[in-house]
Amino acid sequence: MKHLVIGALVGGLLSAPASAEITLNIGYLRVEQPAPPTLSNLDPIPENNGLAGAQTGLADNLTTGKFLGQKYELTVTEVFEGEDPLAAARDLLSASPYLVIDAAFEDIVAIADLAEAEGAVLFNTSAGDLALRDTECRGNLLHTLASDAMRTDALAQVLVKKRWDDLVMITGTHASDLSYADAVRRSLAKFGLDLEGEKEWAFDADMRRNASQEVPLFTQDFGDYDALIIADEVHDFGRYVLYNTWQARPVVGSEGLAAVGWSPVIEQWGAAQLQSRFEEEHARHMTAQDYAAWAAVRTLGEAMTRTSANDPETLRSYIMSDQFELAGFKGRPLTYRDWNGQLRQPIAIVHPRALVAQAPLEGFLHQTNELDSLGLDRPESKCEAFQ
Amino acid sequence: MIRLTAMFSLLASTAVAGEIWVTNEKDDTISVISTETLEVIKTYDTGERPRGILFNSDYSRVYICASDSNAVQVMDPNSGEILHELPSGDDPEQFVLHPDDRHLYIANEDDAITTVVDVDTRKVVAQIDVGVEPEGMAVSPDGKIAITTSETTNMAHWIDTETQELFANTLVDSRPRHAEFIKDGAEMWVSSEIGGTLTVFDTATQTEKAKMSFEVQGVHPDRVQPVGFEFTAGDTHAFVALGPSNHVAVVNAETYEVEEYILVGRRVWHMDFNADRSLLFTTNGVSGDVTVIDVASRKAIKSIKVGRFPWGAAYRPTGS
Repeated sequence: MKHLVIGALVGGLLSAPASAEITLNIGYLRVEQPAPPTLSNLDPIPENNGLAGAQTGLADNLTTGKFLGQKYELTVTEVFEGEDPLAAARDLLSASPYLVIDAAFEDIVAIADLAEAEGAVLFNTSAGDLALRDTECRGNLLHTLASDAMRTDALAQVLVKKRWDDLVMITGTHASDLSYADAVRRSLAKFGLDLEGEKEWAFDADMRRNASQEVPLFTQDFGDYDALIIADEVHDFGRYVLYNTWQARPVVGSEGLAAVGWSPVIEQWGAAQLQSRFEEEHARHMTAQDYAAWAAVRTLGEAMTRTSANDPETLRSYIMSDQFELAGFKGRPLTYRDWNGQLRQPIAIVHPRALVAQAPLEGFLHQTNELDSLGLDRPESKCEAFQ
Repeated sequence: MIRLTAMFSLLASTAVAGEIWVTNEKDDTISVISTETLEVIKTYDTGERPRGILFNSDYSRVYICASDSNAVQVMDPNSGEILHELPSGDDPEQFVLHPDDRHLYIANEDDAITTVVDVDTRKVVAQIDVGVEPEGMAVSPDGKIAITTSETTNMAHWIDTETQELFANTLVDSRPRHAEFIKDGAEMWVSSEIGGTLTVFDTATQTEKAKMSFEVQGVHPDRVQPVGFEFTAGDTHAFVALGPSNHVAVVNAETYEVEEYILVGRRVWHMDFNADRSLLFTTNGVSGDVTVIDVASRKAIKSIKVGRFPWGAAYRPTGS
């Protein structure tokens, strides 16, 4: 286990407003998840994926805090394979009720159920599973990472808009591929699109050498279709499908045209500033998980800035209130859904070189907030922990 | 249409001849619009990503924030020649010229710093730590106070121009974008893009005096995002650019109530008036044009195509 405190004792620069000096200590827990082998090593997952975003969020909070006499600290614990994530979570929770979590679905639920986590404010920044926002939701757990369903709903809106309604899908075999494929099926049904064919990617050959021979044959029996959806969340085979399909059709989903919570190609809405701040600090691009961790730390910062309080009851109730809004560089204020704790946010539709669109797309209406056309809406969610 | 033309000539005959200079953020150019013919009459090349633009008091110099060139460029407006560059700190976005005509206060968006440059000696006089992503800049008419707004810290920072130090920091709603002093400096207004509000401060006490929000029919409140604003003659009304809602609001500066919304081009950002403030020119980033609003009738009367992503606008008289 690795444990360190980064941070953050910056003296007030000048006479601060009435509020007394207060400190917010935020725990950051990373539970290492074994990465499955992939065909290509072109895009390694950064070792500080997520954590780097939390650090940029901390720096943002500190700059604001120095004008208000408010301080922030980030205590980071990394748990490696074979170690006990719950013990690490207990340790962090004993020091602070604020915990940003990078872990798998099961570990997040187990942490949220700890006695020590009662009344705490936890952030899921790593698991897109729908169940966490649905039947497996927890009242002390907020989600800054967009759910898989938000991403696939965004993708479905693009498909509807482009009238690409005759669709086929290739699915990988990893758990995250399967859950993404489930989310795709749900979104296609929600937006009235048809999945005409599905195939499982079960090759074990090295596609770098023979993709051009295998993929045309593999995709030939799909017949004609408008777009091919790839469910390959571990980014194993998908990159070898593009430009190798039998039909000249766009590839969407995990590869090609992708719906993501964040991407280096987002530059509008002031995002260029966040990107350059991040890149300067960490010498790499900002990922969707970095963004989720940034948003979690900034959520707490925003709440403390506005309330001048650092106790979890006050901050949580402010975060869930109508007054809360996070300027998240996505062109509109971000808020939390009061039925399952999910951060409402626009979803970017990107290819590796540019932003193509941002969901919700124009024309997808909603009775209260168009952002709720993405992911589990109030009537759909079976989450009861927030009532 | 005939009626409109008649109105133009009427307006033109009473106004001092002048030009609106528009920075085109993604073309690295300036489009110069005649306030009489309402046409682009010149285009000048600038450094990379020009945004903030302003003239000195006798209009003999134009200052341009060339954000991606990390410089403030000084241009001779009569020739379009870049005379020299001023050290500006990284990524200058907006700036304001002190009434002494000498000190430029520049927001360095990437560095959380406000840089003060002496335009005569071309040296940096001071760098002041402010919040994350400083943007809006204003200076009081008596020159004693400069304001920087910081977009991610969500504050207006009050700078004592004597000591070049902060003397107050006031929270505003999310993503403050633009600041202006009015009524001889008695009030200081700040727009909050994501918060969707305009906050009015009492300058003497730096306390909030009023707050306005906006509602455009058929546009979700999240997309009604106040950015640039300017005041009519006598500071009676403010015209407020509402960003992606594609409207400009007309606000009564006495009652703090919105009186009207005017449909303009897409993603309306900043603006300036002609000499007698009878016409207002708004930059519309996404549609790449400038909307001309007739101030008296509060109607948009013309769109003028300029370069890609017009951002800032500044007026200069050219003699009558």
